Amino acid sequence: MTPGGWIVMSLSVGGATVLLAWCLFKVLSKPGSEQHLHGQVDIHTPDMDAP
Amino acid sequence: MQDFRPKDSWTSRIGVILAVTGSAVGLGNFLRFPGLAAKYGGGAFMVAYLCAFLLLGLPIAFAEWSMGRYGGRHGFNSSPGIYRLVWRNRVAPYFGILAMIVPVCIYMYYVYIEAWCLAYSARYLFGAMDFGPDPAGYERFFTHFVGIHAHGESLSTPGEGLLGSAVFFLILCFVLNFTLIYRGLSKGIEWFCRWAMPALVVCAVLVLIRVLTLGTPDPAKPDQNILNGLGYMWNPVKPGTTFWQELANAEMWMAAAGQIFFSLSVGFGIIITYASYVKKDDDIALSSLTACAGNEFCEVALGGLITVPAAFVFLGPQVVQNPPGTFGLGFMALPHVFSQMPLGNAVGFLFFFLLFLAAVTSSLSMLQPAVAFLEEGLGLNRKASVALLGFITALGSTGVVFFSKDLIALDTLDFWIGTFCLYALAAFQTVLFGWVLGAKTGMAELRRGAEIHIPELFRYVIQYVTPVYLFIVFGFWLRQNIFVGTADDQPNRLRQLVTDPVVAAVMIFVAAVAVLFGMFIAQAVRNWRRAEAAGEEVAI
Repeated sequence: MTPGGWIVMSLSVGGATVLLAWCLFKVLSKPGSEQHLHGQVDIHTPDMDAP
Repeated sequence: MQDFRPKDSWTSRIGVILAVTGSAVGLGNFLRFPGLAAKYGGGAFMVAYLCAFLLLGLPIAFAEWSMGRYGGRHGFNSSPGIYRLVWRNRVAPYFGILAMIVPVCIYMYYVYIEAWCLAYSARYLFGAMDFGPDPAGYERFFTHFVGIHAHGESLSTPGEGLLGSAVFFLILCFVLNFTLIYRGLSKGIEWFCRWAMPALVVCAVLVLIRVLTLGTPDPAKPDQNILNGLGYMWNPVKPGTTFWQELANAEMWMAAAGQIFFSLSVGFGIIITYASYVKKDDDIALSSLTACAGNEFCEVALGGLITVPAAFVFLGPQVVQNPPGTFGLGFMALPHVFSQMPLGNAVGFLFFFLLFLAAVTSSLSMLQPAVAFLEEGLGLNRKASVALLGFITALGSTGVVFFSKDLIALDTLDFWIGTFCLYALAAFQTVLFGWVLGAKTGMAELRRGAEIHIPELFRYVIQYVTPVYLFIVFGFWLRQNIFVGTADDQPNRLRQLVTDPVVAAVMIFVAAVAVLFGMFIAQAVRNWRRAEAAGEEVAI
């Protein structure tokens, strides 16, 4: 493994890992990432139809 | 017509991200990417790969997420409905035929490969994968297992029992996939992806630890050590060339673009469907980037450190220099590697189980667009839509299993549907987003609720650079594979359509599926028109 190989591997593997870690941090640090996106309001019932 | 059923939906944001990531992560991450990077020289290839990621993969992913959520907030979850919404033209929904047959027909052979992964992991679990030090033993098993020598060969399993039956594992995979699809988006796909994706990463990390601690397993061959294996993969310059010579290789740029394109699962019409279930003001920019990043992590950080270094250490550079194709590397060379590796049975089980998990999360995503369309466009309930889709895909998979000589049916579907039609569909969607919906409107949709800043530059990238990039790659592929041809051992694909009866039969079946979906779309359009005339907001 040449020094160039170490640099390419470190940049590639490190870059992919850091990008994913940053994205996951942003997603999980925002309150509500685990909360329900939809709820009972999405159930279409007859009373919701226009008269 | 009124719809009293609750709309299917994701239950959490992390769930949709894991589902999209699962859709993207597949066999190519662990088998195809490392082979390409090693072939073209890690450094130069990664430059081309990064460019393709930023200019091709990520913009198309953004476009699909945006169009999907745009369609979802107007009540559409299927590609035909969303195309019709974006492009107010009579022919628009009929482009949805491509968006239906691409995932459905890819599923027909992908589920068979999924079954191979499950079978291999089960055989490792029961200690039935040791065919000795001779690589021919692994080749003999695989070629008989999948029936490469004669049509229908894989239907017989002399002396092997169920563990040697590809059909048995195919049925298991079919049952698993359709059970999960029947359970719905949140209780099926999301539930499975929420545990399967972390489990996949854990399996890959365990395999990675084993590979990185191999040292020099054979003192008689001191050059075949793990550091040289990593060097073979990542050294920026191959012997006898310079970095700039490597970088000037047009074929490498096309290979990198193709890898990004297929790896991210963009252009399938899958992300459009998945994103349509996201709420109208929820972020999609960060979710899209996270899903892409998850795929890249699995591909570069996990796949890039496992396959080629392990093969190099045990089999030497000649196997890596002349890789026996993706299937050959995965199902013949690697089992031979695992047989020589300490703890090889456990590592083999983990490796093929992670491939199986990756394949299931991908195959589930191939079924959902058609199920969404059948429910939305034709008003079918879940049971009927799953049963209809199950029948169509079972017919196709039966053909793939039976016409197994040289994997001709699988290869035909992979070439014409998994590559040609996929390029065509992605090209259509890119133009639809950049020029019909309009890059300005599209970017506004992408930025709605976005938790990251999308530079204005991306608007011009999506409108100009991405379509041109995609058309160049598509054109290069057409020239290489259809109009000019490559190596002598490659069949002439156009001539094959009329000279090979199996190829012709496969394509007639595909045409019949396309006509069927065309008729369904025509009926769906009539239903949507009727609903719109009646003033209903949400179509059937």
